[in-house]
Amino acid sequence: MGQKRTDLLRGTLDLLVLKALSVEPLHGVGISRRIAQITKGAFQVSFGSLFPALHRMEERGWVEAEWRSSDNNRRAKYYRLTSAGRAQLKAEERQWNEVVKIMTTAVLSS
Amino acid sequence: MSKRILSLFRNLFRKRAIEQALDDELLSSLEALMQEKMKQGLSQSVARREALMEIGGIEQVKEEVRAVGAGRSVERLARDCRYGLRQLRRNPGFAAVAVFTLALGIGATTAIFSVVNGVLISQLPFRNADRIVSVFEDMPDFAQGSISYPVFLDWQRDNRSFESMAAYRWANGTITGAGQPENVRARCVSPAFFPILGVNPILGRNFNAGDDRRGADPTVLISEGLWQRKFGRDADVIGKRLVVGGTGRTIVGVIPASFQLKMWNFRTSDLYVPIGEEHDARFFKRDAHWGTDAIARLKPGVTVDQARKDMARVNAALAAAYPDDNKGLKSTILTLKQGIVGEMRPVLLVLSGAVGFVLMIACVNVANLTLARSASRQREFALRVALGAGQARITIQLLTESVVLAVLGGGLGLAIAQWGTAAAVAAVPRTLPRAEEIGLDGRVLLFTFAVSILAGILFGLAPALKSASGKIGESLKAGGRSISVYRSRTQAAFVIGEMAMAFVLLIGAGLMVRTLLQLWRVDPGFDPHHVITFEIHPASSLADQSPDAIRALIRQWRSSLHGVPGAEYVSLEEGAQPMESDNETRFLAEGQTPPARPVDLPLAIEYVVEPEYPKVMRIPLLRGRFITDADDERSTRVAVVDSSFAQKYFPGQDPIGKHVHIDDETEASHRGFLSLLVVGVVGHVNQFGLAGDSKSALHAQIYMSFMQAPDARMKNVASGISAFVRYQPSLKAESFFQTMRTQFLKSHRDTIVSDNESEEDVVARSIASQRFSVILLGIFAAMALLLASIGIYGVLSYLVAQRTQEIGVRMALGARHADVLRLVLVDGARMMMVGVAIGVLAALGLTHWMSSMLFGVAPTDPLTFVAVAAVLCGIGLCACYVPARRAMRADPILALRHE
Repeated sequence: MGQKRTDLLRGTLDLLVLKALSVEPLHGVGISRRIAQITKGAFQVSFGSLFPALHRMEERGWVEAEWRSSDNNRRAKYYRLTSAGRAQLKAEERQWNEVVKIMTTAVLSS
Repeated sequence: MSKRILSLFRNLFRKRAIEQALDDELLSSLEALMQEKMKQGLSQSVARREALMEIGGIEQVKEEVRAVGAGRSVERLARDCRYGLRQLRRNPGFAAVAVFTLALGIGATTAIFSVVNGVLISQLPFRNADRIVSVFEDMPDFAQGSISYPVFLDWQRDNRSFESMAAYRWANGTITGAGQPENVRARCVSPAFFPILGVNPILGRNFNAGDDRRGADPTVLISEGLWQRKFGRDADVIGKRLVVGGTGRTIVGVIPASFQLKMWNFRTSDLYVPIGEEHDARFFKRDAHWGTDAIARLKPGVTVDQARKDMARVNAALAAAYPDDNKGLKSTILTLKQGIVGEMRPVLLVLSGAVGFVLMIACVNVANLTLARSASRQREFALRVALGAGQARITIQLLTESVVLAVLGGGLGLAIAQWGTAAAVAAVPRTLPRAEEIGLDGRVLLFTFAVSILAGILFGLAPALKSASGKIGESLKAGGRSISVYRSRTQAAFVIGEMAMAFVLLIGAGLMVRTLLQLWRVDPGFDPHHVITFEIHPASSLADQSPDAIRALIRQWRSSLHGVPGAEYVSLEEGAQPMESDNETRFLAEGQTPPARPVDLPLAIEYVVEPEYPKVMRIPLLRGRFITDADDERSTRVAVVDSSFAQKYFPGQDPIGKHVHIDDETEASHRGFLSLLVVGVVGHVNQFGLAGDSKSALHAQIYMSFMQAPDARMKNVASGISAFVRYQPSLKAESFFQTMRTQFLKSHRDTIVSDNESEEDVVARSIASQRFSVILLGIFAAMALLLASIGIYGVLSYLVAQRTQEIGVRMALGARHADVLRLVLVDGARMMMVGVAIGVLAALGLTHWMSSMLFGVAPTDPLTFVAVAAVLCGIGLCACYVPARRAMRADPILALRHE
């Protein structure tokens, strides 16, 4: 059921990843868990989509990666929002809100 | 953007490090997941399995991430190329044939392009060379003729289009007083000549207006080569004296060796003297045309067309001012390049078209090969599609393979081109203007590369499209056994196209061969075999010699030449020389009314010769007698005319005993006439070359006795005269000339004997551009025929192989060998017929482009068309026969078991 919703809109994944990273840097698994948490379990992002998305965003300069030791002293690749990433997050949030507004109006009409 | 480029490089060159980082990241994620699961109380092995399931396969994730990376497409291209090369290695026979075919096509195309590039496209090596033009004076019976010097001066003064204009003409280049006397190439030029071409002396100065007038102190510019040879690069050469043509001249400058210009009327020379300093007053007469030509540099912003209009205005004004001499004065303006390239332009364009056909045939052949091969690879593609490759992916890969093939062919083709260009230029060295500028430069390399890529795409397209449109499932099921209707139809179209193109090329070559045959059949009017011609220059000035002394000298020269062993007949000659240089005189034939203006008098080609001339040249005597030794300076002046003169000016009469009054140009002040008594009629001689004579408006020819030439004319001997000698057939031209030269110089130390050429070479040179075209078109047509035959052979072999079962069934049902043979041959013949039909239409549309190259044969010559069609079909049927025989021999049992 959750699977179906993950391929909602392509842009949604980017927005969710950016949102997940907006509080603190996270590694891949952390991002996945954070997305599940903030969407109350509605989105289970597959790693097959998450990692390509992260690499794409890294190349666009929205996120930066860095190897750090995690809570339990293991090395992991942590992703952090750049200023461009923050700007992108703002833009995507605004866009999303507009889409929601328009869609809501449309659905409520008639 | 820069970040992206950076990451592209990182991805390309630090691939290993990137892969490593990706591995690490996935591994650490896996561990993180496992820990999470183990915290929930799962055992390590269960946790590991669940973690792997959640990640969804490490390799898949890696593949997805790789697909995102920049430089991905470059990497894929490289991989496709490597894969293509591997495929070729696996199939070396196919690779060899394909690469070699392409190399032939691309090589020939590159060779012709490098010629076209060197001759037609590349800039002349002068500053703003496209602003330099050649200017000619047109005469009623002589377009693009030479300019009379006063007219040139008027043009120079009155035009509004040119920055500057410069005249130039031949000059006597006999050098004495500095080592061994010698005769070098020399030209008279205006002071503006070198500035127009942007050439500066490396030493000293250019001519100025003070040098370029009558009575000026004689000056001379020398070439860097002569400076080196005669003066050892002495920096003090400026101001030194040099005796040129008997006149002492002051050296004012040295022209760099980098100045190279070769036109039909100009060659880079060793000496240049000012043109306006000419002491002969006749040169300054308005109706004197002494072989003067002109170049000019356009003012900024003025187009050639504007210059033409401007010159028309100037000419109209001159015609009004000098109605006697300049009525109807016209000029022709060509860019310098047009003037240099001249008649080779259409030839090169036709050759470019022809070689384009060869390349296309080569492409079609390789396309055919690739198509046949892609049939056997159908299962491979089907498998790849089944494993998830997209159609686009396979199409791109096939195209990449084709381009790899084409680039390999292009590389080999470049080698062929280099060799071919050198061979083509060497075959006809003097035909091609700017031959020294032909070579492989950056533009040619770029062209070859572009052609290779284009060819690869062209021939790769058909198989690629085919594989894209094919139903993959079908082909997996059929196992490559069924005949694809699409494929055989494409191949039939290929064969038809090849046949049509080969037909057009063969027609082109056939028409040129016919032209050459016609030209060889043209009677030159003389026998060029075993005749040599050369120049004799007196090394000392003859200026102070009396005309009678010069006549005595000529007689001595003649008898010395006669004394050389092996010499049969000898004639010294002045005036026009068949197929080499012309010289005209105006005349009035007895019984004709003189025109109002002298310039309206008709022209005749004038030969001033000695009695043995017709024996040297074997020109037939038709009536009367030729000039004899008795026709000397003391007897009545006589003339011999040729048959066209007699027909045109004495129609229906006997010319013998009639008088011809020729224009006597010896007097600068007034016009006089010399009366000549016609004593004989000889055959017409081909003056303007085997191909040119019938196109020329001027045919009438008149012969005069050398000894009877006017006194003033004897002075011309000072600048050298020609000798014609017939030698014994057992001797060779070159060795005979050397003997003759040595022998002659023994008794005439003060002469220079040079510029020898056999008359056979002279005649051959007159049709050199046709020979050039025949050789190249012949080679192209042969290549086309070969490739097309291979093509039709290949396709039929393939079709026969595909139909093995069908043939087996037919034979099992009682078909005879002959039936099978007919079955296959009819298939081939049908394709050829369609191909030839299309070829006929195409050839009819295209051959008119070459009409300016043809002689004595129409562009639609039915004989050529029929012969070419017969040859093409014959060879095509031979190509069909081999596979047909193979089909005929097929054992029905084996064929059926094939099922």
